[in-house]
Amino acid sequence: MRLVVVGNGMAGARLVSEVRARDKDVKITVFGAEAWQPYNRVLLSNVVAGTSSPDQVRLLDPRWYAEHDVTARLGVAVTAIDRDCRTVVAADGTREPYDVLVIATGSEAVVPPIPGVERATAFRTLDDCDRIRGAAASARSAVVIGGGLLGIEAARGLAGRGVPVTLLHLAGHLMERQLDAEAGLILRETLGALGVAVRTGVTVSAIRERHVELADGELIEAGLVVLACGVRPVVGLARDAGLEVERGIVVDDELRTDDPSIFAIGECAQHAGRVYGLVAPGWEQASVVADLVTGADKNARYRGSRLVTRLKAKSVELAAMGETQLGEDEAEIVRFSHRHRGTYRKLVIRDGRLIGAILLGETSAVGTLTQLFDRGGPLPGDRTGLLFPDLGPVGAAVAGNPTRMPDSARVCQCNNVTKGQIRACWESGARDVEAVAAATRATTGCGSCRDAVEGIVGWLCEQEGVSA
Amino acid sequence: MSQAAAGAAVGAAVGSATHCPYCALQCGMYVTKGEITPREDIPANAGGLCQKGWTAAELLTSPERLTTPLLHGSPVSWDEALDYVAARIEAIRTEHGSDAVAVFGGGGLTNEKAYQLGKFARVALRTSQIDYNGRFCMSSAAAAVNRAFGMDRGLPFPVTDIARADAVLLAGGNVAETMPPFVRHLTAMRSGGGRLVVIDPRGTQTAKLADLHLQVTPGADLALALGLLHIAIADGYADLDYLAARTTGFEQVRTSVSAWWPERVERVTGVPVARMREAVRILGEAKRAIVLTGRGAEQHAKGTDTVTAFVNLALTLGLPGREGSGYGCVTGQGNGQGGREHGQKADQLPGYRKIDDPAARAHVAAVWGIDPAGLPGPGRSAYELLDALGTPEGPRALLLFGSNPVVSAPRAGHVARRLDALDLLVVADFVLSETAAMADVVLPTTQWAEESGTMTNLEGRVLLRRQAAAPPPGVLGDLEILRGLAERLGCGEKFPADPRTVFDELRRASAGGVADYSGITYERIAAETGVFWPCPDTGEDPHPGTPRPFLDRFATPDGRARLVPVDHRPPAEDVDEEFPLYLTSGRVLAHYQSGAQTRRIRPLTQASPEVFVELHPDLAERLGVAPGDRVRVRSRRGAAEGVARVNASIRPDTLFMPFHWEGVNLLTNPALDPMSRMPEFKVCAAAIERCAEGERVA
Repeated sequence: MRLVVVGNGMAGARLVSEVRARDKDVKITVFGAEAWQPYNRVLLSNVVAGTSSPDQVRLLDPRWYAEHDVTARLGVAVTAIDRDCRTVVAADGTREPYDVLVIATGSEAVVPPIPGVERATAFRTLDDCDRIRGAAASARSAVVIGGGLLGIEAARGLAGRGVPVTLLHLAGHLMERQLDAEAGLILRETLGALGVAVRTGVTVSAIRERHVELADGELIEAGLVVLACGVRPVVGLARDAGLEVERGIVVDDELRTDDPSIFAIGECAQHAGRVYGLVAPGWEQASVVADLVTGADKNARYRGSRLVTRLKAKSVELAAMGETQLGEDEAEIVRFSHRHRGTYRKLVIRDGRLIGAILLGETSAVGTLTQLFDRGGPLPGDRTGLLFPDLGPVGAAVAGNPTRMPDSARVCQCNNVTKGQIRACWESGARDVEAVAAATRATTGCGSCRDAVEGIVGWLCEQEGVSA
Repeated sequence: MSQAAAGAAVGAAVGSATHCPYCALQCGMYVTKGEITPREDIPANAGGLCQKGWTAAELLTSPERLTTPLLHGSPVSWDEALDYVAARIEAIRTEHGSDAVAVFGGGGLTNEKAYQLGKFARVALRTSQIDYNGRFCMSSAAAAVNRAFGMDRGLPFPVTDIARADAVLLAGGNVAETMPPFVRHLTAMRSGGGRLVVIDPRGTQTAKLADLHLQVTPGADLALALGLLHIAIADGYADLDYLAARTTGFEQVRTSVSAWWPERVERVTGVPVARMREAVRILGEAKRAIVLTGRGAEQHAKGTDTVTAFVNLALTLGLPGREGSGYGCVTGQGNGQGGREHGQKADQLPGYRKIDDPAARAHVAAVWGIDPAGLPGPGRSAYELLDALGTPEGPRALLLFGSNPVVSAPRAGHVARRLDALDLLVVADFVLSETAAMADVVLPTTQWAEESGTMTNLEGRVLLRRQAAAPPPGVLGDLEILRGLAERLGCGEKFPADPRTVFDELRRASAGGVADYSGITYERIAAETGVFWPCPDTGEDPHPGTPRPFLDRFATPDGRARLVPVDHRPPAEDVDEEFPLYLTSGRVLAHYQSGAQTRRIRPLTQASPEVFVELHPDLAERLGVAPGDRVRVRSRRGAAEGVARVNASIRPDTLFMPFHWEGVNLLTNPALDPMSRMPEFKVCAAAIERCAEGERVA
């Protein structure tokens, strides 16, 4: 079988390695418009922030293709799909026949039609990162346009490099698709404390030589302008080939387009009315397609993904998942808000299952909540522990206090010695740890209970003094 | 004092100064007239003992001790028993071939016994079918470190290095219960300002001692290790000079962990990114840091790759082969280290040689005085061997020493049925274990304080087990049993029963191998309170032994450690609607292994009387289970009951059961690691329900 993959981004590259892992014999050709080896787009914000180096984002070693018998056409765009001949046509004029074609062309940055927009740098590719980092080295101010996930990460990263940043956002609050208004407000204040001035509800009318101009005429100084105004699926190739395209390339539960020999995955695909802009769904889709085209699991199906958004920005802990905007009339809401400390926690519950959550500020609950959300697992009747996982069980402090623990409490785990036995030993004359150890073997195992035994003996001796 | 005198009477390996019968720490102890006191001269325990150690002597006088051979349940003489076994072996191999007779050994056997058992299988039985319960224990770590370092020595440094470290990461180990005196080293480290990070799905006694606990989802240790490595590189803790000078493969590993960015790992493992970052910072900023793995990380169908990922982390931080730092696995069974070196493994010959290596075969065949062509090749691994018993292609007879697979093997109900299908089951043990109770022939053997020999502890330090008590009349040692059988099979002269003679042969057989014991003698062990292998025989100028084998070079052909890219995958059996919980298993302080020994010691059964099921209060509330209620846990392979123990320190999606009783292994998943053949003991999908009132245990 001949498999051709158009697109060598995170979804396409993933598909290639998943197919090869399942089947050694499929003939694979992958086209990538960028000349780079596939890299991890998720880490680009870290590259801007300087917390990952560019050489850490590579997803495959250059040698991988040769070692795994995959033909990689990097830096070669595909210009057309000839469905009648089952062949793709590349920009260099070559034609590659396929039995199965997978389109993974991803998405491209939205560039708003603003005068002077060519002065701004998009934030989408590794090349963009290089440009932003280069400009940041000399810029004395920066403006990021777009207060979604990427825009915030870029702004935080630039602020971390010591550049004063203004973040401009059209909607009334940051990350309005993932956060409710209160969380957006607290996030804005948190970013403010880190050197990112946030302006919401503003429209950019032009990008000038050294300024960004707002609709009301205000000028904001900007030595560097970064665009993070969202992405749109790259569907031209599919549309030109006559495949069904709405916002994305329309696919079914097998990720098949309306041409059964053509699949689409990743950010260019539209499944059940949804186009995903995150990596995890694309990888889940790649796994399903790999199962289907290799026959490893003919029953594999894609049923949609649950979305968890994690902001990657130093000193800003934020996780948002599922339905976060529902009100009390639509779902059970559990909330804790402490704006002064930058803490906001919200659970959205329906039928005893977690269907959404926001964690801002301290996020020690994030692991538990993400897994409850992903698995749809049942929640405990008392929701307190979900919001405050670090609150210990009541009474723990009492058990740790030698004077207040019950006689039945096990003090020495290694030799199974209770407080009562230590007391009995003291009553028959032992007055220090060594004497207690000789009689009960307490402290002779791991030795960690030495302080506790010392405390009990000391307390008993004290009591003796008091009563004498 | 008589102890000192007894300690000095070393050469004959008789005397009161010996070691504990249980775990791989091999605590030094004196056994004098049935009384036990700790030895101060053994660094591993330095005067400490846990309750198991203190009470070990009770088994010497246990009324449950076997003192006469049993044939189909009836007492018989040794001649009758051994004649019967030998005749049945002859008949079975005449009819079905040599591989119809199999041998199963144990990681608690002395080096001499382990060696002799491997030789007995290949020379007296001429069978390839031998493996041992250490496959269920150390095989994943062994496969991973052989691949990375070219040598599998559990701790490639003295255990006392731990006390001097600035940071220790312990992945999947609960030493506070499994080997309590080990905690002394961790406590010493912490009181010197060092920090402890523990990875465990449960808030174990060990996790409670930790400065940082990463409460990982069962079966996700590999993802966590990849995430830690990703962060270590991103945050600038990779020791690039070390990586360039002493390793290969870093580039590929760096690329491979690009796909495991922290937020993705968080979603898979349930460990918050901030905690992962803190763990890496603790390790990365330590001057001396040690990464350790235990069975919690290793007993998986991806155990080898999980250990590899932790080794990659240690190598990236520049730890192995640096004095005071390193990677080590915490060996479990008493002779879990020595037991995996001298040939009771299906693919192995003495000295940690490979059975398919022609040079190794020639060397060992010469020591054994046979034609190399007569040596069998590799056989089945432990679970595959047990699974094949009594099948048309599998063995018809099994000789079993030092193991109790009816309790300890995965999917134990199935294993019991396979044992039942045998034409001949012979079990050598000193009590009537669950497996011995099924045997056609039971051979009563000596136990620890009644015999001499060597044990190799978790550090790779070879120790002397001295005979401190006389065995009861009617009991023979395993070496005597093997000789008795060999005589009847026509090769008795090749199987001496004296441990020292066997050890001297083992030294020759191991000479030139990875685990070279040729320079070690009983006298040296006694004088030096243990000798670290490798210790070749260098004649007049004795080799000092090797406390830290990787300081100058690794044991690979090019002397460099290998980083190998690995990828995470989910457990072999993940949770679903029918079985929505993870089941994991482990140990409690008062018991050892299948409990055959410790369940016969009163203070230990008082401390820990019965099997329990640990579950989170949220789960208990949902099920209407109160502490002390009987609950039933089910998996696709079986069901087991226990008493509910409600504990907020376990993950709400996880159940824990100790494995010292028949029970949890009726449920465990025998999915095997492709490389080490380790079964997936530590995670399977399960369901739990409350037993009805008045319902009796099945």
